[in-house]
Amino acid sequence: MYTQALNTAETDDRGLEDAARAAQFQARIDAEERIEPNDWMPAAYRKTLTRQISQHAHSEIVGMLPEGNWITRAPTLRRKAALLAKVQDECGHGLYLYAAAETLGTSREELVDAMLAGKAKYSSIFNYPTLTWADIGTIGWLVDGAAIMNQIPLCRCSYGPYARAMIRVCKEESFHQRQGYEIMLTLCRGSDEQKAMAQDALNRWWWPVLMMFGPPDATSQHSDTSTKWKIKRFSNDELRQKFVDATVPQAQYLGLTIPDPGMTQDPEGHWRYSDIDWTEFKQVLAGNGPCNRDRLAARRKSHDEGAWVREAAARYAAKRAQRQTAQAAE
Amino acid sequence: MLVANIQVSETPLVLYALRRADDALILGHRLSEWCGHAPMLEEDMALSNIALDLIGQARELYTYAAKAEGKDNDEDKLAYLRDVRQYRNLLLVEQPNGDFAQTLVRQFFYSAFADLYWRAMMASRDATLAAIAAKSEKESAYHLRHASEWIIRLGDGTDESHARAQAAIDHLWAFTGEMFAVDDGERALIHAGIAIDPGTLCGRWLTTLSDVVSEATLALPQNDWMQQGGRSGRHSEHLGHLLSELQSMQRTFPGQTW
Repeated sequence: MYTQALNTAETDDRGLEDAARAAQFQARIDAEERIEPNDWMPAAYRKTLTRQISQHAHSEIVGMLPEGNWITRAPTLRRKAALLAKVQDECGHGLYLYAAAETLGTSREELVDAMLAGKAKYSSIFNYPTLTWADIGTIGWLVDGAAIMNQIPLCRCSYGPYARAMIRVCKEESFHQRQGYEIMLTLCRGSDEQKAMAQDALNRWWWPVLMMFGPPDATSQHSDTSTKWKIKRFSNDELRQKFVDATVPQAQYLGLTIPDPGMTQDPEGHWRYSDIDWTEFKQVLAGNGPCNRDRLAARRKSHDEGAWVREAAARYAAKRAQRQTAQAAE
Repeated sequence: MLVANIQVSETPLVLYALRRADDALILGHRLSEWCGHAPMLEEDMALSNIALDLIGQARELYTYAAKAEGKDNDEDKLAYLRDVRQYRNLLLVEQPNGDFAQTLVRQFFYSAFADLYWRAMMASRDATLAAIAAKSEKESAYHLRHASEWIIRLGDGTDESHARAQAAIDHLWAFTGEMFAVDDGERALIHAGIAIDPGTLCGRWLTTLSDVVSEATLALPQNDWMQQGGRSGRHSEHLGHLLSELQSMQRTFPGQTW
């Protein structure tokens, strides 16, 4: 891949990684400068970003599955087209993010292989099933809503290609979020059966969505260095609180009840939620969520069944190049 | 008591629009089944894009059919509340996706026709159909290019892809004749300058096919037996399953707003 060429010199440089360079690098970060693919960067910075961006890309791709589950069953043609366009957007985000990750020197093929081998993670939210049409509304409203909370600060991330990718991704995500909320609004203004469907979806998704922001600050492994490198600008708990504060009035407007009877509003106006069941989170991360096996199996199936197509495309491209060379020689 | 299926007064114009709408919806639906499962992300994007174009065409054609009918039907009632015998699409477009070769050959056969068809329909005396044609023609030209490139890649790729592409051509060939068939109602519309005679496109369609297929080192079948029935609602067994999925929400929760 052409992106690997960017890093040929880099490999040699890594040995020279010294305190002076690291200090210079940190000074650039502190001055809010963007780091670009050809710039020197500490190996750990590269590794952290490769992990984060590729996990993000995998999440977009695996995230196509729960929503894709409803494309063929969307209740109206308008909803069908909107959902298909949305899932297609996610695929576009995935491609865009893989390209951003590749600028750090690992090819898309390697990154995808790591995901298929179960070695790379993706957002655990996609290991929950979409059982009813209301789940499609809820995912747009809450899952995309939580993703936006996480991603808006990433538009100012120190790594240029990731920051730029996030600007575009956030624009589309906020459109998806409004679309999801509009689905919920339609359900909540509909029949009792539709409203119950909306409430049931909120009940099932609420806690997993709060877990999307990651473990509580006290136990998070990556936050310190990520903050220093300005990859991360707010802590997990800060973002989670922001999200809850933004979401509670939206739920109230829909006439839905957040499934947290212990939730209270503090004097500053923040909605304080009850303790999150982190055992569930750990179980899903460990591969024991309701859909972990199905999601990975679906990705592997597409990959395996598509192998002959990719081989054919590569073989044809090689033949064509060969013919062109032969023609040029004549 | 809610009625399970709507009834459509199929005047020649209503039926004409409905047939093309059904083609676009059913093929768009089939392609949308790939979303999230394609051999590469670029094809997830491309197949979804084509599906979106086709669903968009279907919506315009259904809306026009409903308007031409002048009752209280609309795009969703026409799509979601007609049963298999009331659907009017070509047998070709309801055929299952099969492998990637089968999907692309189906698309190639259809798009090679649709490209010529919509271009010719831009001259329709019916202003709405002419406007739909102008938009659909641009889309179909891109769909044809995408499908043709894949036919060539698969045909001239590996032994396996060649064999799969040839098998798909042989399998789907019998469903192509229906694209050129015309009944009495359509003949009247052709006479009035509202529709075009698809028979006049057959020669150019075959030329497109032969060019691409020969570059792909593949061959068109000699067999000229053609399966018919879709236009009058005599479908393959595949369509009923597609419709039961497509219509499941409207059938389970009748009369609600989504």
